[in-house]
Amino acid sequence: MNEMDEGLGVKGAQKEDKKEDIRLIVDGKRLDGRDFEELRPIKIEAGVLKRADGSCYLEMGRNKVVAAVYGPREVHPRHLQEPSKAVIRYRYNMAPFSVEERKRPGPDRRSVEISKVSREAYEPVIMKELFPRSGIDIFVEVLQADAGTRTACLNAATVALVDAGIPMRGLITSVAVAKVDGVLVLDPMKEEDNYGEADVPFAFVIRNGRIESIALVQMDGKMTAEEMKTATEMAKKGAMEIYSLQREAIMKKYGAMEIEEE
Amino acid sequence: MITGSRKLVLPGDLVSTNPRTAGYGTFVENGKVYAKIMGLMDKTENMVRIIPLKGRYIPSPGDLVIGIVREVVSNGWNVDINSPYSAFLPTSEKPESRARKVNDVLDMDDAIVAKVVAIDPKMKVTLTMRDKVCRPIRFGRIVAINPTRVPRVIGKKGSMIKLLKNELGVQIIVGQNGLIWLSGDRKKVDIVEEAIYIIEKEAHTEGLTDRITEFIKKRKEGIKDE
Repeated sequence: MNEMDEGLGVKGAQKEDKKEDIRLIVDGKRLDGRDFEELRPIKIEAGVLKRADGSCYLEMGRNKVVAAVYGPREVHPRHLQEPSKAVIRYRYNMAPFSVEERKRPGPDRRSVEISKVSREAYEPVIMKELFPRSGIDIFVEVLQADAGTRTACLNAATVALVDAGIPMRGLITSVAVAKVDGVLVLDPMKEEDNYGEADVPFAFVIRNGRIESIALVQMDGKMTAEEMKTATEMAKKGAMEIYSLQREAIMKKYGAMEIEEE
Repeated sequence: MITGSRKLVLPGDLVSTNPRTAGYGTFVENGKVYAKIMGLMDKTENMVRIIPLKGRYIPSPGDLVIGIVREVVSNGWNVDINSPYSAFLPTSEKPESRARKVNDVLDMDDAIVAKVVAIDPKMKVTLTMRDKVCRPIRFGRIVAINPTRVPRVIGKKGSMIKLLKNELGVQIIVGQNGLIWLSGDRKKVDIVEEAIYIIEKEAHTEGLTDRITEFIKKRKEGIKDE
C-alpha cells in the first residue's frame, strides 16, 4: 500500500474484507493519538534554495516536500507564450524513494492530474495580467509521502510564491478531511487514507486572515451532503492554523527587515 | 517623513480602506486596498505603498539599465537586460553606427549602458543610447544584485552612491535592473563590490549608511598597511 493507491479505485473497495482486523479509531483517538480535528505537526521554512527566485521546505507529519518558484521569466517554447498574460506552469513530482515501494520515476497519470488541478487553483490567485508574454514556473518535489501530499505541496508552493515576490490576490492554504470508521477526521495520514471511506482535499484562498473562496476540492470515496458540510467547516479551521504557520515562515525570513531608516 | 518600524505585509493583507491612497504593490477590490506582494508597508496619510523585497526587474520608460548584447540583427541588437523581457536597441538609437557594419559597432556579448525609451503593451522594450551616460562597456567590472535593492544602493537622493564615489574615487553606474558597473583602481573596486553586497544583504535595516562608512574606513586602512 502506498500513496499511489490514492484515486486508483473507489475507497472502501478493499475495506469490506478488512473491516474486522483494522480499526482506525480506538477509544475516540486516532492511530497516531490525534484528536479528530487535530493537524499533524507542521514545519515550514522559506527560502531554502539558492538559485530559485522563491522556495520552501515543508513537513506535514511524515510528508516532506520542497517547492521552487522561478519567474516571471521568458517562456520556452515560444508558442506557449500568452500575449496578454503570464502562463503558470505547476509540476508536482514524486521522488522514486518517496514511497515504500519504489515509484517509477517521471510523470504518471496521477501526478499529471495533481499538477493540473493545483495549477488551476493558482490561476485566479496569481496576477498573471501583470506579466504578459512571461511565465511563472512552480516545481514541487515530494521527498517523502504519507497521504495528503497535494495539500502539503500547495501549502509549500504558496510560501515559495510569496518568497519569490509574485503578486497575488491572496494566499492558498490546503488541508484534507477524511472519513474513517464513519467519523470525519482532519488531515489524514497514510493508514486513514488507505483504509478510510473517503478522502477530500480542500484548498482555500485566504485574504487578510479570512477565507474568501475555495480553490480546490476533490473527493475520493463517498460522503453524504451533510458530512461534506461538516468536512468543509473542519477544513476551514485547519486551514486557518496552517495559514498562520505559513505567515510565520515568511516573517521568520524577512521579519528582520521590518525596521528601515529614513 | 515618518521614521521607524515598517510592517512586513503578505499578499492579500488589508493595508488601507481608502482606495485613493493605493500606491505601488497594492490592488483595490470593493473599495478596500490590499497588498499584492510581500514587502514592507510604507504608509503616510495620502499614500500607501509596498516596498518589494524580492522580484524580477520589470522595465519602465526612462530607466537606466546595463545590458548584454545577445543577438546582432541587420537593424539593431537584441539585449538581455536581466528581466523577463529582452530589449531591442535599433541602429537608429545608437549614434556613430552610420555607414559601419552593425557588428563592428556592437557585437555579441558586449555590455552596454542604455536607457529604456518605450515599452509597448506586448512588453516589447526599446532602448536608446542617445544619452551622455550611455556607453558601451569595454573595461571595469559588472556586479549583479537583487533589482529590488537598487534604491538602497543609490540611497536617498543618491547619498549612498555619493558616499562610495567620494570615499574611493571609483566610477559607478547603477542600472535599475540590478547590474552595477564599477571602474577604477582594482583594490578600491574590490571594496566597493563588497560594500554593495553588504548593502544588498542588509538593506532595510537601521544605520546602514553609518555601517558602510565604517566598513570603507576599515578597508581603506587595510590597503595602506600593505
